[in-house]
Amino acid sequence: MAEPRIWAGGAVLATLVAVALLAPWLAPHDPLAQDLLAGQLPPFWLAGADPLYPLGTDSLGRDLLSRLIYGARVALTVAVVASALAALLGTALGLVAGWFGGWADMAISRLIDIWMAFPPVLLSIVLVAVIGAGLPAVIIAIVIVDWTRFARVIRAEAIQQRGRDYITSAVTIGLGRWAILLREILPNVLPLLLVLLTLEMGVAVIVEAILSFVGLSVSSDSPTWGGLIAEGRQYIHQAWWVMVAPICCLIVVVVGLNALGDGLKNALDPVLRR
Amino acid sequence: MNATYLARRLLLAIPTLAGVAVIVFVLLRVVPGDPIAMMIPPGAGEDDIERLRALYGLDLPIWQQFLAWLGDVAVGDFGTSISLRQNVLGLVLSRLPATLELAAVAMLLALAIGLTLGLVATRWRGHWPEAGTDGIVGLALAVPDFLWALVFVLLLGVAWPVLPISGRLDPRLGLEFTTSFYLIESLVTGRFAVAGMLLSHLLLPATALALPLASVIARVLKTSMAEVMGEDYILMARVKGFGAWRVILGEALRNALIPTVTLSGVQFTFLVGGTVLIERIFSYPGIGNMAIGAVIERDLPLIQGLILTFAVLFIAVNLIIDMAMVWLDPRVRHG
Repeated sequence: MAEPRIWAGGAVLATLVAVALLAPWLAPHDPLAQDLLAGQLPPFWLAGADPLYPLGTDSLGRDLLSRLIYGARVALTVAVVASALAALLGTALGLVAGWFGGWADMAISRLIDIWMAFPPVLLSIVLVAVIGAGLPAVIIAIVIVDWTRFARVIRAEAIQQRGRDYITSAVTIGLGRWAILLREILPNVLPLLLVLLTLEMGVAVIVEAILSFVGLSVSSDSPTWGGLIAEGRQYIHQAWWVMVAPICCLIVVVVGLNALGDGLKNALDPVLRR
Repeated sequence: MNATYLARRLLLAIPTLAGVAVIVFVLLRVVPGDPIAMMIPPGAGEDDIERLRALYGLDLPIWQQFLAWLGDVAVGDFGTSISLRQNVLGLVLSRLPATLELAAVAMLLALAIGLTLGLVATRWRGHWPEAGTDGIVGLALAVPDFLWALVFVLLLGVAWPVLPISGRLDPRLGLEFTTSFYLIESLVTGRFAVAGMLLSHLLLPATALALPLASVIARVLKTSMAEVMGEDYILMARVKGFGAWRVILGEALRNALIPTVTLSGVQFTFLVGGTVLIERIFSYPGIGNMAIGAVIERDLPLIQGLILTFAVLFIAVNLIIDMAMVWLDPRVRHG
């Protein structure tokens, strides 16, 4: 295999899926169980650690490793659901704008312009505040903010495909406009869409972490990586290690998904592959 | 500078801004949770609530509220902040300079880091410095500013505390300024010790903001330099016996900068948008930090004013990038 990045990124994604699915069996403790006598225990590599809590505990004595493992569930859910929905919406609008052109293109392009004038982080924070906290709100916010990532690129690609000979042939043999869009153009933008989808999964994980960090994501009862970071930020001078593990998890996942996306881009592009 | 081109770009910004205004207003009018309920002390009577509603115009039909608000915004009146009980425009203007200074320092850092990495990769193409800069660029691009900020806080603020991780300036010093542009003011008035302190506070948040933009600049510059370096006039310069750096900096760079500016433009607006969260992480008193606070407090007029401010900033940044393009590229300038 010429693309080691696909393997490395795929391994990260597979691990995330496995940890999220197997969380109840992997976690040594109940992620919500408090043990006030064992609060702010350091991780195993520091003096005073308790082998029962390998990564230490937070200020309420909850096991950090277990919270981290359960946090993978939220991260994976958001990554998959939010990016799939954003891809669906953005691709549909991008294809319509790029293929039909005219006023449809003008309307959608103006909409994208308006969207690009919002700071994305602030927009998602406002949206979650408006919709109300919780996992569905986070997912809806990510879809509403990030559909333009797909729409812009897919629109440009559809315009490029429109000029190709095979489209002229399809028009000549009398295929309908929607038929050409769905049977000719859509399959040809799929490789690009797959790359965008992979990269968007990384973005979605980060946005969820940001919203948890600000305190607007899911309730503190279900542990999230961003929530752990926010907790850690409060006691940074007493228990800095609370932040370390979730930050490392986020970096590994984001770098992995990026590597997977870049690898796919190279592998799927016939020009670069040659 | 092509005046008609610029005028057309300015005109195009108006519908975009109007669209932003409509969306902001519609979005925030569906906020559940009554902002008035948060202002009143417990035990206030119905009369008091009604009077406050009328005071903030919340008792009118929604389209009247929108028209009144739009009319006010058009003349620069963003209303009164509900949580801080002050004029929104005044609040925004008092915090905006801090954000502008942060974004400007971040942009300069991004340029310095990005150009250095891109030029080093060009100068030593095919050797270990190219592979090294590729690795740095890949990592800097994959990891978002949010995570860089947290890593810096942990490493350089806590584990090895060399730099401040909170605020703009130590408030215990009680330093006085006449403007809100602390950094520019202290540089202009020659208070270099103060400027140094301001910069030490800016360094970590600005670097976190700068890294993604720097990596985009480095990557695009490297690609376009590779293209330009194959041109005949570069060969000519080499034949004349110019040194490697003279060829890169004196001959190739200017032409390679055009795609670099175009392609890093979007990333620069991301940098401006990134200030929202970075300011929050570093408790930096800019408009981004204020915006998150306003959302948490459900302070509608303040949120509206701040989002519009950001929209104006974004559109201004895009215009500046367009103008930089015109200045760099004679084909656009005379086209």
